[in-house]
This record gives sequence, structure tokens and C-alpha cells, in this order.
Amino acid sequence: MSIAAKADPATPAGSASPLTKRRPFGDRSFQVLCLAAGLLVLIILALIAISMTQQSTTWFTTAGWSGVFSTNWDPAHNAYGALPFIYGTLITAAIAIVIAFPVSLGISLLLTEVLPGRFARPVVYVIDLLAVVPSVVWGLWGFLVLAPWLQKIYQSIASGLTGVPVLSTFFGGTSVSGTSFFTTGLILAIMITPIVTSLSREVIATVPTIDREGAYALGATRWEMIRGAVWPHSQAGVVGAVLLGLGRAMGETIAAALVIGSSATITTHLFNPGYSMPSVIANEFGEATVGEFRSALIGMGVLLFVLTIIINLSARAIVDRSARRTRGA
Amino acid sequence: MMAIASEQQTVDLREPSGWRRSKNQIATVGMWVAFVVMLVPLGFVLFTVIGKGASAITWQFLTGNIPINVLPVTFGGVGPAVYGTLVITGFASLMAIPLGVLGGIYINEYGGNQVLARVINFFADVMTGVPSIIMGLFIFTIWVLHFGYSGFAGSLALACLMLPIVIRSTYEMLRLVPDSLREASYALGATKARVTLTVVLPAAIGGIVSGALLAVARAAGETAPLVFTILVTQTLNKNLFSGANTALSTLIFQNATQPYTGAQARAWGSALTLIAIAFILMIVARLITARFARYDR
Repeated sequence: MSIAAKADPATPAGSASPLTKRRPFGDRSFQVLCLAAGLLVLIILALIAISMTQQSTTWFTTAGWSGVFSTNWDPAHNAYGALPFIYGTLITAAIAIVIAFPVSLGISLLLTEVLPGRFARPVVYVIDLLAVVPSVVWGLWGFLVLAPWLQKIYQSIASGLTGVPVLSTFFGGTSVSGTSFFTTGLILAIMITPIVTSLSREVIATVPTIDREGAYALGATRWEMIRGAVWPHSQAGVVGAVLLGLGRAMGETIAAALVIGSSATITTHLFNPGYSMPSVIANEFGEATVGEFRSALIGMGVLLFVLTIIINLSARAIVDRSARRTRGA
Repeated sequence: MMAIASEQQTVDLREPSGWRRSKNQIATVGMWVAFVVMLVPLGFVLFTVIGKGASAITWQFLTGNIPINVLPVTFGGVGPAVYGTLVITGFASLMAIPLGVLGGIYINEYGGNQVLARVINFFADVMTGVPSIIMGLFIFTIWVLHFGYSGFAGSLALACLMLPIVIRSTYEMLRLVPDSLREASYALGATKARVTLTVVLPAAIGGIVSGALLAVARAAGETAPLVFTILVTQTLNKNLFSGANTALSTLIFQNATQPYTGAQARAWGSALTLIAIAFILMIVARLITARFARYDR
């Protein structure tokens, strides 16, 4: 009887007992309570989608397809084009990933392949410390300390690159500022490094020891072992971790709101001020008391929600598929 | 001649040859460099926050009223914000932790391999990746528009943020409890609810509590969900359920862009307070894991 309860938890032991044909009321109500708490997740996600879409219909219907995806953002004249913000969100998240990916991968390889357990533990603590520093503190530090310091560096880079064909398109420009796409990308990179590191580490830790030993037995160096045994095995999982990091970077609000420079422009110059979807919502929401302005800001929240959900779903799918394949092998 | 040439080409099998060994060393150095690259901003931000914030921290700073921005940091303090952070986060925890633990219990103990349990587990995972600003906007549309700004609205937003984290960590911990414990209790004739509450849950309680504390630590530092729900004020509002409220994180966000040194100093002091709260919660979580967790990953 007890084994049956284990194999099929839906029919618990109590119900099969010959002494009590029916499960006691308390037992059943506890199950219902747990189910209700679980269902709350689905209810909240559905409510988020419904209520926010409802609040943003004014914007979507008034502006239309072309209005929403236009570059013209001018709340004073009722022009609410979201393209500069979408661009800023994507470009800052891309910078963050380009910086955070090698760093996170390096740290997770260091933790799994180089350091023995007792030395790896303090490193994990340090990563956890990095993870609990609140977003607003990164923003405060970025705005008051990092941005003024970076401004001088940006300026010397930009003036040094004047006339250089490709590099000046990205790192040149005249309105170079300490609060810029690049500064935001840097701050976001710092903020997503802990999550990308810990997810990659979990994936890399699942590589079977026998694969590693096999590579070593063939005379591989540690690096060759990583390339030949660890990487093929954990590639997909690491891609998933990076995607989850990308989702985090896109939704990061307060730090970005402080260091992005608040300028709704589309430019290839990464050292110029820009704007992103979450930061414009946070900065402008107070002014948008009523009407299409508020609707547009909530609408951008809907776009952000859809974007991050898609990224999370695909990341999860990639990780699950790789996990299943690994277990099967 | 030929014989000598082939003799020189004999490889030493004991050690990797020059370039292979160098590549290996370059890779190892690269990993250490990555670690240092991560340490630099962390050290830099902690150094700055402690350097600029430590001098501001006094009892008066933690309890005094928020003065106007032009006044230096020696006047008043950030008492209302400390109160707001503690009460709003506390109330959010009161809602999210019990519900999250129950949800985790459902997925692991009742759901089994049912589609519904798998769907809930999957979406709880997806929900942990939903940006915190979305939770703020969501509570704004369904609560604030109807009932007005309040600290409670902020608690609701933080609870939405914490719920999936608590569900996932509870689920992960319950999964580690061996089935032999459940089977032994069923064999004694206990009902499923009793087995779960008196055997399974206590066995995993260390991990569950530390997971919940990490969720609280994350929520305490969040700003984005609060900006849209508590409508920042400067005065103390003891009523959680009506009227604008304030919190340390929103105070930092506001004061960061103020030109006055007093306001900025209050932001640094608040940042140190906030980091201290988060660190303490994290350390307590670690201690609980080390002391009470019977089944650790």
C-alpha cells in the first residue's frame, strides 16, 4: 500500500486504507489549498497579460502598427513611437551579453574544472554577494561614480578614433556622454554575471566524470579536455543560460534608468546617451497621468513582457532539450 | 642524416609539447582573469558605498524624518524609508512565502507527473524571469487604478515577484527528501496532509527557509515594482493600506539625481543600509543551510 502511494501520489495512502474509506476533510482541503497556491502562478501571469493589454489598447489602436514602431517620440505632440526604446533595450542587452558571456563562462569553468571544492565555495559566496547588491545601488554608483569617470575615457577614445572608418561609427560621435548605451551595457553585464555564471556552472557540473577522464586518458591538456569533453556536452545549456541572462538584461529597470542618459535617439554611437523600454517607463510614468501617454508606457510594458516571455520560453526549451539528451546518452 | 632527423622528432609523451601547454596555461589564466574582472566592480561598489555611506549611519539617520533635499546629511534621517522598506517587504513576505511553499508542495507532493503540475512548475520558472517592472505595472493596473497608491500595493507587487522564487526553491528542496521517509509515515497510517506537514516539510525546512530568505533579500532591494505602486512621499506613513508610502530603494532612486550633496549623502547612507539588510538576510540563509539543511544539493 505504501509503495502504491509512492508510485502514484495522486491517490494517497489514506484513501486506500480499509479503516477509512473516505479521506478526512482536512486532508482533502489541504490538497485543494496547495492546488490553489500553485494555480496562482497561472492566474497572475494571465492577469498580467489581460490587464496590461487592456490598459494599453488606447495606444495600440490610436497609434496603429506604424505609430507604435515609429521613431518619433514626442509626448508633447502625442507622438509615441517605441522604436528608439526597443532599439535601446536590444543594444544595451547585447552589449551586456557580449561582456558577461566570456566572464561568466570563465568563472564557471574555473569553479568546475580548476578549483577544488573547498576553494570553489568562497568564490560562490562572492558571486552571491554580487547577486544581492540591489539594482538601485548599481544605478546610484553608475550615475555618480562610474559615469563621470567613464566620460573622460569615452572622450579620449572618441577623439582618438575620429576618421577611423568602422570603429568611429560605434565608438566615435560628437555627443559622447558618461551616461550612455555602453555604460548601461557595462552595468547590466555586472548585474547578469551572477545568474549566467551560476546557471552555466550547473550545466557544466552535469558533464559525466567519465568523459573528462576519457579525455585526460588520451593525453589531453585541461584546455583540450574542456574543448573536447565539457563544451560539446554543455554547449546548449550554456546558450540557455546566456538567453536567460539576456532576458534579465532587457528587463532591468532602475540601474538603466539612471545611467542610460534618457535620450530617445537611435544611433550607432555606443558612447551616446539613449533610452530603453523599462527605463522610459520608470522615468516618465509620474508625468504620464492620463490618456495615451500612460497607455503608451504600459503598452511598452506589454512589449517587454512578451519579449522576455519569448526569451525565457526558448531558453527553457533549449536547456530542457539538452538535459533530456544528456540523460538519454 | 635521416636517422638523426627522425630521432629528433621523437615526442616526449610525459608532458604536453610547448604550444599545447601554453594554450592550456593561457586558458587557465583567462579563467582567473574572468574572476578578477568580476571582483573589480564588486570591490569598487562596496568600497564606494561603505566609504560614502558609513559616515552617514547613526541612530538618528535610521530613525529621523526625511528633511528637505538641500539640508546636509547631519539633519534628520531616512526613518520613514527604513520603516517603509521593513513593513512593505515584511507584508509581501507574509503573503508570498506561505503561498509559495504551498505551491511548491503541490508541484512535488500532489502533482506527480500530471500535466497541470508540470505546467505550473514550468510557468513558475518562466515567471522568475519576468522583469520586476512588469509586476509594478501589473499591480498598478489592477490595484492602484481602483484603490489608489498605498504601501500594500507595493507589498502585492513584491509578493508577485517573490512567489515564483519561493515556489521553485521549495520544490527543489522537497525533491531532495527521500521517499523512504514518506513511505515510513504512510505505513503508520498517516494521511497525506499529515505526512507532508509533519514529516516531509520539517525534513526540508532548512532549505526552504533559506530559499525564502534569499527571496526576501531580493525583494527588499527592488525599486521598480514600488515606483508604480507606493507613489513616493517624504513623510512617515504608518498606514500600510492607504496613502503614499516610501522605501529605501525609491529614496535612493530619487536622491541619486539630486544636485544637493545632502540628498546624495542620504542616498549613499540608504544604499549601505539596504546592502546591509540584503547581506544579513543572505548570511542568515547560508547559516541556516549549513546548520539545518539535512539534504543539500
